[in-house]
Amino acid sequence: MAKILAVDDSASMRGMVAFTLRGAGHEVTEAENGQLALDAARASRHDLVLADVNMPVMDGIAMVRELRALDAYKGVPILMLTTESHTERKMEGKAAGATGWLVKPFDPEQLLATVKRVLG
Amino acid sequence: MSAVDLTQFHKTFFEESLEGLDAMEAALLALGAGSTDSELVHTIFRAAHSIKGGAATFGFTDVAAFTHVAESLLEEVRSERRAVDAELVELLLRSVDALRAMLDRSGRGQPVADAESEALRAELVRLVSGEAAVAVVVAPKAAAVSGWDIGFVALPHLLQTGNDPLRVFRELQQLGRLEVVRAFIVDGAPSQLSALDPTQCYLGWDLRLHGATTRADIDAVFDWLDGDCELAIKPLAEAPAASAAVAAVANEPKPAAPVAPQAQQAIASSETSSIRVGIDKVDALINMMGELVITQSMLSEIGEKFEISQLERLRDGLAHLERTTRELQESVMRIRMLPIGSVFNRFPRLVHDLERKLDKRVKLELHGEGTELDKTVLEKIGDPLVHLVRNAIDHGLESPAQRKAAGKSETGTLKLNAYHEGGNIVVQISDDGAGLNHAAIVAKAQQRGLISVGQELSDAEVAELIFQPGFSTAAKATDLSGRGVGMDVVRRNVRDLGGGVGVRSVSGKGSIFTITLPLTLAIIDGLVTAVGSERYIVPLTSIVESLRLRAEAVRKIAGGGEVFHFRDEYLPIMRLHHAFGCVDAITDIESGIVVVVEEGGRRMGLLVDDLLGQQQAVVKSLEAHYRRVQGISGATILSDGSVALIVDVGGVVRLGRSKAA
Repeated sequence: MAKILAVDDSASMRGMVAFTLRGAGHEVTEAENGQLALDAARASRHDLVLADVNMPVMDGIAMVRELRALDAYKGVPILMLTTESHTERKMEGKAAGATGWLVKPFDPEQLLATVKRVLG
Repeated sequence: MSAVDLTQFHKTFFEESLEGLDAMEAALLALGAGSTDSELVHTIFRAAHSIKGGAATFGFTDVAAFTHVAESLLEEVRSERRAVDAELVELLLRSVDALRAMLDRSGRGQPVADAESEALRAELVRLVSGEAAVAVVVAPKAAAVSGWDIGFVALPHLLQTGNDPLRVFRELQQLGRLEVVRAFIVDGAPSQLSALDPTQCYLGWDLRLHGATTRADIDAVFDWLDGDCELAIKPLAEAPAASAAVAAVANEPKPAAPVAPQAQQAIASSETSSIRVGIDKVDALINMMGELVITQSMLSEIGEKFEISQLERLRDGLAHLERTTRELQESVMRIRMLPIGSVFNRFPRLVHDLERKLDKRVKLELHGEGTELDKTVLEKIGDPLVHLVRNAIDHGLESPAQRKAAGKSETGTLKLNAYHEGGNIVVQISDDGAGLNHAAIVAKAQQRGLISVGQELSDAEVAELIFQPGFSTAAKATDLSGRGVGMDVVRRNVRDLGGGVGVRSVSGKGSIFTITLPLTLAIIDGLVTAVGSERYIVPLTSIVESLRLRAEAVRKIAGGGEVFHFRDEYLPIMRLHHAFGCVDAITDIESGIVVVVEEGGRRMGLLVDDLLGQQQAVVKSLEAHYRRVQGISGATILSDGSVALIVDVGGVVRLGRSKAA
């Protein structure tokens, strides 16, 4: 099972994501902003990163850019959790090096399907 | 339906949403006050954005719909397509209120949107330019064909985005039969194996997908690869166009979050009060638990093969157990303590609203937000404070014109201050308004029959009248503070908490309302001092500085008192060993240390033996276990298990004055 880093400043969203993934047998690290996610990413390698875009301290876009600069995270899939109303932010994430995205709102099934999609 | 029960996250969602709204409100007020800090706009946007995402995820569609419009408006502000003006701030503040009400109703399982929220939403929609265009998602008209030719050339950086061509093949295979017509290495790829960068991709494929797949399905497979590859997708020549419309409908995007009607009922039943605790307090608990476990294992080891020679170790262990248990108990109690800032934070908004309503100008100053109160006390002190603040602005502060005429600045100042004093927590609400109108109060009291005509009253007695049930001097009862249910209710509420409320007022200068709350359990930052073999803790907030005096700096005055010269004034010295009857203390002023303290504008030097360090102290009532001691506000237990008394600086200053007199 995969080791997944879940990044969102909203405790309820983070809780939902982590709970769903743990239920599917994954190991989940939670972080509440991009900076803390970077700290966690440096501490150990993860197989997948799921990150919100709008966060205080360091937003998702900046975090992706920083993550991609780390050797250990060059090819690791990073999915942005974004909302439909911000299509342009998707492309911004993409330009920063994100793998893809999952559009909010999503339900646990959609989350698991997307994780499966990227992890194979 | 979902295998994961999402209702378990509802409470967290409500809590963080309410916090988000608080942050939004504070930022809006700052913007309204003329701040141009762009971080404020981001904070507001982020809060709305989070609430929208959470609401949609957890099935609160009305809340999601409302925040969606608000967010669109905020997006315009964020991208500087719309300027911030007072009207916009006002509208957004009303939106914050509406959202609070909607969340509240969601939590109680009631219908979420009401006429008010719908009207406000309509107002927001009108304001947002081109909203209709954003809301309608047009599904691309797709033609179903018997198959597709797909030219797929990876750009070199494709792998570096975490994407994988294999995933693409896997997903295409799920759509239909996939045939790889040709796989090739792109032009420009290094010809030498040694020059090949394994993180770069130099491959391309000509693929053919057989079956009635729509273009949208194929686009969905490649969606993440936008900008990471070159694509050429063409329908196979012999495409039958007839089934196009049907397929397009079948692939229309589904609404992503189904509404969960049963979810809203579930929350209503699980409404329990919760508390957010600082991680340091939890860490302290865990540390204490660790200590307890160590002590327990040590004791059980002694118990297994006990010999009388180990008695000393047993006693040590038991003493340690006792201390740790006590500390654990205190740590648990500390979890209930919350800073009063959470109550103070609602006042900027209240003041803002009152300014507009009453046409007054008010500058609000908050002090001592970090002062901790028991959660129960905190919850109940909010209403009395709101009352006092409303009163201060409604009755206390004058209109800008009146202030100007009185030679004051047009903007009145309202101060809220919380601090520890004399074993109590004091909350003061002071204004620089007109002060109590004695003549009006007396007239009213006579009219109400509270006092008889011609009765002579002192200032304090007059002030006391406003706390009488049913008393109100406002010319007309406004919807804010009037209605005659004012100060008596405040006093009753405060007394229910075991406290008291009083007022001091100077005509033309302003009023100070003081709420005193007992501190059954409060934390203070204190300086631990040694006096003989005793330890005394002096609250840090009262300390001006500590110094060592030379004997010639001290002067004896009539009546046996001592004073010393300190920054242009003579301060009395209080020898703590003398005041509290400690033996073995240093009596020679040159060898001891003088701690200069201040209380209510009066300073005094306290002579102690030595300063031992700074410590957070959990204040225990001395009265409850022993009796009241003048100059002592309570006791606490130091980390070595010994008891230290906490100096009541106000009391000591008074004690010193009475002794000197």
